[in-house]
Amino acid sequence: MPHLLDIQNLEVKFALRTGDITAIDGVSFSLDKGETLGIVGESGAGKSVTGFSIINLISKPGFISQGRIFFNGEEISSFSDAQMRQIRGNKISMIFQDPMMTLNPVFTIGTQMIETLLAHKKISKAEAKKIALQKLEKVYIPSPEKRLNQYPHELSGGMRQRIIIAIALLTDPELIIADEPTTALDVTIQAEIMDLLQELCTIDNMALILITHDLAVVSQVTKKIAVMYAGKVIESGPTNEVILHPQHPYTKGLIKSIPGAIKPGEDLMQIPGMMPTLTEIPPGCSFNPRCNEKIEICETKIPDPRETDAGTKVSCHLI
Amino acid sequence: MPTPILTINNIVKHFDISGGFLDQIRFTKGKFNLEKTTVKAVNNVSLSINKGETLSVVGESGCGKSTLARVVMGLYPPNSGEILYNDTRIDTLSHKEMLPFRKKMQMIFQDPYASLNPRKTVQRTLEEPLRFHNPKMSTTQINDKIKEIMEQVGVDPAWAKRFPHEFSGGQRQRISIARGLILDPELIVADEPVSALDVSIQAQILNLLMDAGKERGLTYLFITHDLSVVQHISTRVAVMYLGTLCEVADTAKLFKNPQHPYTRALLSAIPKIGETAAKHIKLKGEVPTPVNLPSGCVFHERCVNANERCPREVPVLNTLDNGTQVACHAVEEGREII
Repeated sequence: MPHLLDIQNLEVKFALRTGDITAIDGVSFSLDKGETLGIVGESGAGKSVTGFSIINLISKPGFISQGRIFFNGEEISSFSDAQMRQIRGNKISMIFQDPMMTLNPVFTIGTQMIETLLAHKKISKAEAKKIALQKLEKVYIPSPEKRLNQYPHELSGGMRQRIIIAIALLTDPELIIADEPTTALDVTIQAEIMDLLQELCTIDNMALILITHDLAVVSQVTKKIAVMYAGKVIESGPTNEVILHPQHPYTKGLIKSIPGAIKPGEDLMQIPGMMPTLTEIPPGCSFNPRCNEKIEICETKIPDPRETDAGTKVSCHLI
Repeated sequence: MPTPILTINNIVKHFDISGGFLDQIRFTKGKFNLEKTTVKAVNNVSLSINKGETLSVVGESGCGKSTLARVVMGLYPPNSGEILYNDTRIDTLSHKEMLPFRKKMQMIFQDPYASLNPRKTVQRTLEEPLRFHNPKMSTTQINDKIKEIMEQVGVDPAWAKRFPHEFSGGQRQRISIARGLILDPELIVADEPVSALDVSIQAQILNLLMDAGKERGLTYLFITHDLSVVQHISTRVAVMYLGTLCEVADTAKLFKNPQHPYTRALLSAIPKIGETAAKHIKLKGEVPTPVNLPSGCVFHERCVNANERCPREVPVLNTLDNGTQVACHAVEEGREII
């Protein structure tokens, strides 16, 4: 039985006038039906590019230079645009960060939902409307009939994000990629949206990739986690294991720098410096200039991912 | 008895958003009427900040926390109420009379990309407040001071000739902090100073703010929506909802034993690292607009503990035995809170 999604050695480059830069460097992971995976990292780590490249939404000058992506055993990375349209927004849906930017402000919610359905399925408008109503109910939108005739500006941020989730669900996808779905929302609403996503995964056996910078959210929602740094997955495995017993110095630092993990008033653990820009990735391990445990080999050799006894994969010479 | 450095009494700030004459015309009951629309951003808020403490104001977007910070700084005049700085009333002062107070109160903003002038070098950004407030200072003195402050916030003084776009977000926020500290203020109002930054950079900036606070004996009014940051840095916390204060308490007490139903819901919604999703308290409905405030307690429509008294009567901030101040009828009457 093939994995639902299997990414092997993915490499994404951006062709700039000064030469190609590598945004994603050898990322591999797999996901089965009903599984949840969190991709975490700081801005510029390549988490969104990973998400986009799965459904081939990388726009020029970016391109997938290497690696293969399998979905249900089919190699979708070699699909034509027409073939990809059968998958994108149909079998794999995506939810974006800003609910105001994702919805078209000049069309009603109903128009946008029905249009999506008609683009993917050969059904009548009336049938499409019925499905739309069902999905709105599914994401707990009060008085869904009324919402169909409303415009995005008439709804609150949390409500809009629910509508977007409903749109993503229209075609009963097998995988949802959510790129920072709650970053623009308040905590109380974030908690509601996360509950909803988790519920959908359990009930419909849907797989979820949650891309976020918030380790706390990932630790509550997903079963698996991949921590990215400068285009590479540096640590991955079962979420509990990675969060409670991090092995890579970057993951350790990241977790300790979150306020709340230590006693109030004490100095937070600092990771000195900042993530290198993609044009200036240092030789050897890309984290070595900021690492407080570095040894000689770190400056010259890129570490290979190694399996630990606890079932995690860590790219660090110290392991 | 701690001495308050800043006291605000019954501050009200409303914004008129009705627009021009044509925008104000409404057709109701067969007649044309002129109607004003006001956003009631801050309603009757009283607070005091003690010398040397860090008071955090928390709340969700649109609750009026940033407006409150700007009113305190004198950037918006309040509609009513008074602001006292060390017992001197400052909201009625003229621009000239206000000058010595401006030196003592400085502000740090959220977005380090927008709050630094892109056409000024770091040197010019930092020397402007110095020259303005200390016209007698010599150029050497000014340069020494700039060098000292840049070292303190962790930006290489050799970069003083650079422009903001040459720095990363974290470094820019360091420069904004340097600008805030350069006049040796007593009170810093920080409006979401770390919200735009990544976690590892956020930790650096929070440490910097805490260290500077200890070294200089600063008082902070910290505006943020991030409750884990609040728990980490503040002495006391004020929780705001729709322009009113729900609860003011010592940080440890608030996080251990929140009283107001809104504070409880808010705290239960924070995701904690390493914990599987705990059951959070679900609130009914959504935040109402500050244009049409609910009657009585502004929170009653969403509160599971509300009874018939709540929509009728506005609750006042009562002090409990443990020093916590809460504005809630249910707490006052000792009703059981879910």
